[in-house]
Amino acid sequence: MSVSAEHGVTLAHYARVFADPQLQKALWNTVVLAFWSGLLSVAIGAPMAWLSARTDLPWSRVIRSLIMASFVTPPFLGAFAWVMLAGPNAGYLNKLYRSLTGAEGPLLNIFTMPGLIFVVAIYTFPYVYIMIANTLGLIASDLEEAASILGASRFRVALTITLPMVAPAILSGFILSVLQALALFGSPAILALPAGFHTITTQIWALFHYPPKVEMAAAFSVPLLLATALLLLVQKRLLGRRGYASVGGKGAERRAIPLGPWRYPALLGCLAVLGCAVFLPYGILAKAAFSRAWAQPLTWENFTLENWSFTFLYSSTQGAIVNTLELGVLTACVGAGLAALLAYVTNRKLIVGHQLLAFLALAPIVIPGTVLAVALFIAYTRPPFLLYGTLWILFIAYLTKEMPVGYSQSDATFRGIHPELEEAGRILGAGRLRVLREITAPLAKSGIIATWCFIFIGVIRELSASIILFTPNTKVMSVVMFDLKEEGQFGAIAVLGIFMLAMTFAIVALMQTLLGKDVLGQRPSASAPG
Amino acid sequence: MTRLRLATNLAALALVLSAASAPAQDARLEAAKKEGKVVWYTSLALSSSEKVAKLFEAAYPGIKVEVHRTGSERILQRLMQELQANIKIADVVHTSDAGHYVLLKDKKLLVKYAPAGVERFPAAFKDKDGYHFGLRATVNVIAYNSKIIPAAEAPRTWKDLLDPKWKGKLVTAHPGYSGVITTHVLALVHLHGWDYFKQLAQNKPMLVQSAVDPSGVVASGERPIAANGGDYTFYQVKKKGNPVEIVFPKEGVPLVVSPSAITSFAPHPNAARLFTDFIYSRELQQVLADSEGLYTGHPDVTYPADRPKLSELNLLRVDPEELEKRNEEIKTRFVEFFGA
Repeated sequence: MSVSAEHGVTLAHYARVFADPQLQKALWNTVVLAFWSGLLSVAIGAPMAWLSARTDLPWSRVIRSLIMASFVTPPFLGAFAWVMLAGPNAGYLNKLYRSLTGAEGPLLNIFTMPGLIFVVAIYTFPYVYIMIANTLGLIASDLEEAASILGASRFRVALTITLPMVAPAILSGFILSVLQALALFGSPAILALPAGFHTITTQIWALFHYPPKVEMAAAFSVPLLLATALLLLVQKRLLGRRGYASVGGKGAERRAIPLGPWRYPALLGCLAVLGCAVFLPYGILAKAAFSRAWAQPLTWENFTLENWSFTFLYSSTQGAIVNTLELGVLTACVGAGLAALLAYVTNRKLIVGHQLLAFLALAPIVIPGTVLAVALFIAYTRPPFLLYGTLWILFIAYLTKEMPVGYSQSDATFRGIHPELEEAGRILGAGRLRVLREITAPLAKSGIIATWCFIFIGVIRELSASIILFTPNTKVMSVVMFDLKEEGQFGAIAVLGIFMLAMTFAIVALMQTLLGKDVLGQRPSASAPG
Repeated sequence: MTRLRLATNLAALALVLSAASAPAQDARLEAAKKEGKVVWYTSLALSSSEKVAKLFEAAYPGIKVEVHRTGSERILQRLMQELQANIKIADVVHTSDAGHYVLLKDKKLLVKYAPAGVERFPAAFKDKDGYHFGLRATVNVIAYNSKIIPAAEAPRTWKDLLDPKWKGKLVTAHPGYSGVITTHVLALVHLHGWDYFKQLAQNKPMLVQSAVDPSGVVASGERPIAANGGDYTFYQVKKKGNPVEIVFPKEGVPLVVSPSAITSFAPHPNAARLFTDFIYSRELQQVLADSEGLYTGHPDVTYPADRPKLSELNLLRVDPEELEKRNEEIKTRFVEFFGA
């Protein structure tokens, strides 16, 4: 589409895109945002992973679950909460700062590039955290201990022994966070637009405004797609040569490194990060949900339940909640089923070309949500496939977006089920289907449930593709929140945000109960950005 | 809005509507009830449009109003995008960009329908061909947070906003989203030229989307001065007890008449007509004036005592044809100056 014209093929759209100073600025802003938020994510995520995986950090279980809370928080909701916290004039933290110091100016301005980088990083660092914590969990402590015995200080050990061993995981985590930042739509839309600058994703969205320039949007999607593909290639190479002898399997002994006097300062550091990602945003959302005027203190005069009744009586909200749940359940069922089938087929090498299947299942990870939406929009707004305007186009978008996550999760599950068990069943005379039903399925059950939940959570918070593909009858919750944001309806967004978080945590809690373990921490690294 | 007031309004409406029921209307009511709903694309502030919908639903039980509220420019974009994909959803379209109706009429996307009483509306509220009528009007104003800006220092004119001392203190809504602002920009370009906006951009205003949003930003104190926005939105937040003061610049205030029309492809045509009659009725127009602070075309509507009359204001008018022709120019140049 990006090369099509009335008569044959043209590169004119590309020429126009890359000659336009506005669009060039958007490209550059995206590079800056992605690089620095990647770096900041590593700066936050790596030490926290080390502290909670290798040291005697107090409350490390609590810290871990709070990091997961940050992980499942929709980034656009976090950005919205930070508007109320660090808007330069009305933001709560700035008001507090002024009242404490008597200063005139603001301490923080969230409507800036550094503000945006900060908000993106506090919701992206969990990707780095999970990746590094998992790797650290596999490294035996003998090398570290040897160094300690030879007289190296704890931090020298960490720096000279542990760090090099996890370097590939750190780099890989960095790339993953860069990918996240590249693909995000909501946070830049909430924080960059008021400040008068675009990123690639918000620019693509703006190109859809009337009169729509779909060809230019398509052309402008290409650099984003190329950047993502390139970064993933680099990441794959990095992980591919992970051949450290010390990265042993299970059974390697690990002892917690005593932090000594640093225990509590370290804990405080972790809590500060989580304060930014979880406590403060959730607190301000809760307050806004019950306030007439969000910027005024929560007194009796300012207390109201009207936001709640207003939000849920609004016809778009009701429709959107139904749509979101339908899409969430449908995508999760189909996605988890398909992922399990694909993973089973590829793991047991049942058909020719199974590697190709695995590749296809993982391939969509290179497609940011906005780009996917542009492609689907072009493909399905004209005959023979008129899907635009139906929930099906959103279903296809979500399924495509969630497939890499689902497949990686299922792949890990089936890898863990040794074929010998199935072979034993076959030898005893059972057919393949019976083996599948009586041996494989029960063993794979918990993995499949986890996949279901990941996909469901991914779907209910999706914004970057939905914002381009929705019509009035197919609004989803994130789109309604975005609409409300454009009118400055803080109370109503807070209500919907709390509702969305409650749904997410209910699903996580259900999953924990059903499976009896902390599955989120074992989320595979391949997860669709955006 | 108080519940009591809503109840009184409802009672009045019900009374009038029951008195007016004639056999012909009964037949149409039945047809509308069979359709079951009316889909309303509207740029009226969400709380106001929801109120209109609830009033209609109370007056005509069994017919739901589906409110799809977004900015005028987004409404047009959605509408055209949907039609391109052969999706027909909207029954009644109401935006604040009069230029849209030039375009929609040209493309034969509207039906001619004149609800009772509109013939008495002033000319500015009537399409000469009878396709659309002004449902409401607002004027664009300056507003400021009186807790932060003393009245004596507050800007009085559009040009005052260019003073460098307001750098970082302004908020503006966006013509790429709001038809109220598209109209505003064109009116001010007539008055002061594009250079005005180029200079305004030097003061780095915060950019929001909807013409409703500046009122919230000013009330919260995030930016103490709004460089534009529909006066009714400021009036509403002021009524709620926020320290917001409205300034009607003496150079003139852009008048935004927001039309409403029925689409030619309306999936619920009877409900659409019933709804259109309802929103132009004196009772509903009076609700818009009383509780929402809007101006209307209805000659019998009275305005709250604390509102200036339209006739007292120096109104800047724009020609819908020109608005339609220069729509893209307005958006492009705004983005060029303000960045996004």
